[in-house]
Amino acid sequence: MLNQVKGFSTTFRHLFQKPITQQYPEYKRPVYPRFRGRHQLHRHENGLEKCVGCSLCAAACPSDCIRVVPAENTPDNRVSAGERHARIYEINMARCIFCGYCELACPFDAITLGNDFELSEISRDALVYTKSMLLEKPALRTPSQAVDPYDVPSQEMERVLGMYDITTATNPEGAE
Amino acid sequence: MVDGVILTVIKSVVLASVLMGFFAYMTWVERKLIGRFQARYGPNRVGPYGLMQPIADLGKMLQKENMIPEMAHRKLYIAAPFIAMTCAIGAFGLMPFGGVATIPGTDWTFHLYIADTSVSLLVVAAIGSLGFYGLMIGGWASSSKYALLGGMRAIAQLVSYEVAFTLAVIGVIIQAGSLSFINISNAQEHLWYVIPQFLGFLVFFVAAVAESNRPPFDLTEADGEVVAGYHTEYGGMRYAMFAAAEFINAITLSALGAVLFLGGPSGPFLPGPIWMLLKIGAFLFVLIWIRATLPRVRFDQLMKIGWKVLLPVATLNLLLTAVAVVYL
Repeated sequence: MLNQVKGFSTTFRHLFQKPITQQYPEYKRPVYPRFRGRHQLHRHENGLEKCVGCSLCAAACPSDCIRVVPAENTPDNRVSAGERHARIYEINMARCIFCGYCELACPFDAITLGNDFELSEISRDALVYTKSMLLEKPALRTPSQAVDPYDVPSQEMERVLGMYDITTATNPEGAE
Repeated sequence: MVDGVILTVIKSVVLASVLMGFFAYMTWVERKLIGRFQARYGPNRVGPYGLMQPIADLGKMLQKENMIPEMAHRKLYIAAPFIAMTCAIGAFGLMPFGGVATIPGTDWTFHLYIADTSVSLLVVAAIGSLGFYGLMIGGWASSSKYALLGGMRAIAQLVSYEVAFTLAVIGVIIQAGSLSFINISNAQEHLWYVIPQFLGFLVFFVAAVAESNRPPFDLTEADGEVVAGYHTEYGGMRYAMFAAAEFINAITLSALGAVLFLGGPSGPFLPGPIWMLLKIGAFLFVLIWIRATLPRVRFDQLMKIGWKVLLPVATLNLLLTAVAVVYL
């Protein structure tokens, strides 16, 4: 009987507690530093693409979702720093399992997995990302500052990020 | 009919509409409160504080396809939700919200209750029990095993708890010496019956939770066992009518508890209807609190509580009341 009373007092106490719900579209929870989201292709500082079209990422991909068609660089069409470049570079996001093997396989650090996880589309065709889409900077999903001081999960986030010597006040992109 | 036909019709329409609105917003209150009990927000997307949620729900329900299962008994299948709904609203009709009121600016007076008979309590109990036909017919007519099991459970539960419920209420009747709600609430002018009839009140409350099919006694629609019970095969507005009937039953039983044990519409400073609403609200709050706290009982536990605990306690309460009324 006493246990029942305890149960009732527990639920009653919750009435006066602030809900722990994170209101998702308004508040986007920071992702962990090693989170693997949407891919990004990188460029050298001089603007040339890092990708040389070697297809090692496509070979490493367990779900076979990367398609690379290489082409020679010519003096009047120099796209990448090496001999060849990726004429077509497509990732089928509907198949991708975000394992990050492509990132590991790449000898030039040309492809990395970023923080963006909001990838839903209303058609499957839209999920095939082309090279130009992958070269664009993805939306930054880590808020630049803590949103809500009462937000317990974000405090937890601070603690976890502290282990990596990063705070939510800084941009984890810098850790790339 | 204390006020003549026309005024009674007007009062009935007003009461039924207000009851439906009250029900609609009680679903919002319930979802909000359950949310807060569980440290989450509850509905907060439609309108400010999610206040448009009941209207959005209604809009969704109305858009649903009107489907009837092929093997169902068509006429009974269609009739069942109407039976449940009619009985739920009808049972509320006798609830008193005060004595005589005057329309401001005139000397026209009317009564704050639709009717008062010498057998009000019996009428409410009878109409309330009639509503269970809706559940049983609905369960049987949809020709689905889960619906049938849910309907049968509802009847078994009703029979078990109606006995204890009635015995608990008889204590109040003996003490007040009347079956009329007006007389019963007037008899509590000095002392609410919740104090002298405390045992009866406890039995009444547990039985009321069971009769309104609310957790922890919602075995008729235990989703883990019988999918959704008697309304498994219902969708759209027909389902909504079953849900409404169930919630209105809970409101009716809260009103009954307020009249029988908490003095009905009487109270200091505030007018009768406000007091009545406050007391109904208090009951509903406790019902929601119980829902947020207790897990569902097993069916054998349900029967054990009904026959081995509530019935003896209610009988004891009845005997004590009878002895006290005769010899004190």
